[in-house]
Parts: sequence; C-alpha cells; structure tokens
Amino acid sequence: MAYLYYPGCSLKSTGRAYEESMRAVFAKVGIPLEELEDWNCCGATSYMSVSELKAFALSARNFALAEKQGGRDKTTDLIVPCAACYLGLSKAHKYLDEFPDIRSKVDEALAAAGLKYSNNLKIRHPLDVLVNDVKKDRLAGLVTQPLKGLKVACYYGCQIVRPYAEFDDQDSPQSMEKIFRILGAEIIDWPIKTRCCGGSLSGTVPEVGLRLSYLLLLEATRRGADCIATACPLCQFNLECYQPKMSSLYNEKIDIPVLYFTQLAGIAMGLGEKELGLQRLFVPMRYTPAPAASSGGQHVTK
Amino acid sequence: MDKWREWPKIRYESELDPDFADQIASIPGGEKLFTCIQCGTCSGMCPLSPDMDYTPRQIIAMIRAGFRQEVLSSHTTWLCASCYACTVECPKEIKITEIMYAAKRLAIREKVHPKRFPPSVLARAFFSSVEKNGRSTESRVLIDLFLKTNPLGMIRQAGLGMKLWLKGRLGPGKESIKRTDELHRMLAVLEKEHMIKPKVKTAQHGEAK
Repeated sequence: MAYLYYPGCSLKSTGRAYEESMRAVFAKVGIPLEELEDWNCCGATSYMSVSELKAFALSARNFALAEKQGGRDKTTDLIVPCAACYLGLSKAHKYLDEFPDIRSKVDEALAAAGLKYSNNLKIRHPLDVLVNDVKKDRLAGLVTQPLKGLKVACYYGCQIVRPYAEFDDQDSPQSMEKIFRILGAEIIDWPIKTRCCGGSLSGTVPEVGLRLSYLLLLEATRRGADCIATACPLCQFNLECYQPKMSSLYNEKIDIPVLYFTQLAGIAMGLGEKELGLQRLFVPMRYTPAPAASSGGQHVTK
Repeated sequence: MDKWREWPKIRYESELDPDFADQIASIPGGEKLFTCIQCGTCSGMCPLSPDMDYTPRQIIAMIRAGFRQEVLSSHTTWLCASCYACTVECPKEIKITEIMYAAKRLAIREKVHPKRFPPSVLARAFFSSVEKNGRSTESRVLIDLFLKTNPLGMIRQAGLGMKLWLKGRLGPGKESIKRTDELHRMLAVLEKEHMIKPKVKTAQHGEAK
C-alpha cells in the first residue's frame, strides 16, 4: 500500500519532534513515509476564516499533487498528522465530493495550474494507520522497553475526532489507548480528553485560551498522570510551552511532560532521544524504562 | 470577557436586516439554520461561551432575527476555536461552527470585524502569508500579529521565542513552496468568487436612528 506524508507548516517548525518521531516509528513498523512534493498550506482554521473557497483550492492542489505522486492507477493514502491539517483536508475532501458548485469552481482553479483531482485519495491520521493498518502482534513484537508503570493521559483534542473522522469515537476515542496498552503503559481515566486546548487563542487572547489548557493539565495531574500524550502540534505547544505562564497566572505549580504519542511509542521501541526529538521538549520526560527482561520500570516521579 | 461585554442593544424591527439569515444560510448545508429550537446545547457544549459577548445559541437567534451589525462585529465568532463540540451535539444538525466561519468571512469582507482583536488580526496575517508563499512561516506570522496588536507584548514573549529557537523549534527563515506561480494562477481564478451570496436587499440597519 502506498502512503504519502503531508507535514503541514507546524511539523517543520514548532512541531518538528512530531515529524522526527513519527518518521522513526513508522520506519520501525515497516511503513516508510514519502513526503508529498511541494505541498502547500491546507487552508485550515485561520485561512478558512478569510476565504473558504480558496481554502478548498489549497487543499485540492495537495490532492492533485498527491494523486500524481502516488500513482493514478491506485488509491493514495495521505497521512496527515497535524489535527488542523487533518480537519482542513478532510473537510475539503468531503465538500468537493458533496457539493458540485464548489467542485466545479475548484476544478476550474486547478485547471488554470494544469492540475487535476480525480477523487482517488484517502485522508488518514497516523493514529488511524497505526491502529487499523498495523497488526497488533507486529506492534507488540517491536516493544523492547515496555512502558511499565507509566501512567499516561491520552489527549486527542478536538479536530482529529470532530467532525469528520470515521476511525474513532467523537467523545471517547480509544486509538491511543489501544496503542499504549500494547506498549505496556497504564492509561488513566480522563474523560475530558477531547476538550479543546484553546487552539490559537492561547497566543492571541491568553486570558481566555490558557484557562482551557490549564484545566486539562490540572485534571490530568490530579488523576495521577505521569505524562500526557498528544497527537496535534498546537495541543502539544499549548499544553507544554505555556506551563510556566499558567503556573504564575493561576498560582498553582504545573509541571508535567507533554509528548507526541509517536515519541512515547518510540521510547517503548527503544529508539534514541535524538531520533524521537526528545531533546526538544521544554518539560523533560522523566522516565527510564527498564529492559523488557527485568521485572519493572524505574519510574521517577516528582 | 467583561471588556467586550455590554448590555444588548434594543432594536426596532425596521433597524434589523431581514436578509441576513438567508445570506448566512447560503453556505453549503446552511439551510438547517432555520430549524434551530433554541435548546442551548451548543452554548452548553462550548468551552468558550463563558468568555463570549453572545453565546452560540444567542448568535443563532440573532442571525435569524436579523441583528446583522451585532453579529458581524461580535467577538464571539473570533473566540470560536472551531472545536466542533457544538456541531456534533446539535440535535438539529446545524453546522454551528461553519456558521461562525461564515460570519467571520462576511465581517472581513464588509470590514466590520473587531479591528484590533488579535484572533482576527492573526487570521488576516496568516492568510496573506499563505497567499504569497503557499505556506505559513510561524515566526513571521507571530511577529506580524504582535506588531499590529501589542508591540510591547512581543518583548514579554521574546523569552519563549528564544527558548523555541534554542530547541530548534522556531527559525527566522521564510517557508515557501517552489511553484508559487502555479498557486497564484489557481487563487486568481477564485479572486471574485464567494460562497456566501451577496446581499439582495438594501441594508435596513443603521438607517432609522
């Protein structure tokens, strides 16, 4: 099966560790990722607030390029790790399919650039691929350092599961839980896992946005989580990088590692710190797993 | 937030825009707007409604009643983080998040959005960066945002920027696609196209003062 990889702007910048760890983990499970050549912005949230039709055209250019690169004779799976990109591209995919008016205008725009999109493409999230395309035994077989004793809060945020995803539940998704159970971790019950982190409001209107991230972190800490696993570059940024600011703003010490689910999976597979971009974390991961043979992990808590 | 909250204005029917609801409902699948039962599930689900000037339920009612000016210049639409919690729970399947987007776009088109409110400034800075280069450069969009809204705030954020740079997570280099001409040709085709239909009747509001 052919997989193409669409990074989006954040995975080349603030979310670099997501790209690094995802590439490393996917290579390990036998899915090498080929980057979409000359990809452009997906047209997500901020862009869609100004022009929706142009946002669809931006997505459509990516679709056309992906079909060309993936081969016209078969369906191409485009792997999209960023939640905002996943939503933006999924929305365009659906609208181009359902609304002929939009489709004809976008086709006209594509034609002006000599491009063509022929509906032979699937938008996939890496969580979806790891859970549904990789056999459980294969994943289990790659674990060299089980995450024994590590209590993980699985955070999905909003735009991966709502409103377009079909691979998981919109209120209580389980993909990450499934992966981490195979990797030996303990999952904490944390029902607010699909509540919004505040998105870009943490930067634009901090007094509003940061409160949302703070509530998530506070609740995860209270429920005994050792770390939070995320699947979105903006969620990771909000939950991790503003911790000192939140601590002073709300007068409560917040100090909990926030990692990409791919980083945590990579640790269990014995991949190195640099390969997983762990050195890029602001709040270091305080966990040293013991080798699989020994009785348990050495787990350092605060 | 208290600073953008005020008492609702009293409007005479003659001041309202009877065309407004039709215009917003012209987005794909937008006609369900007219089936709203005002149950308030959207406001209850919304993690941001405590901070909004009008809750999502109020916005829907105001659109239907023709409060054009209040809706388009509200902070609510810009505080919507598009988490779609309202949309997936709405018992009448109204695309509330998309209605918020429609109101944002119409407000920008008519230049009545809250001008210096950072989320609307960010949207336009992000938009122009992508129009030009096909990709957004996070560092440049943020600098643009701070210069336009809060130049002093940039100094306070300098520490965070520096830390990100040291971790290799933020650079000054400009991100761009290779074939920008291809993209520009595409976008030029859609320059005059809008998904929200233009107003057919003359605006009523603001005339009978």
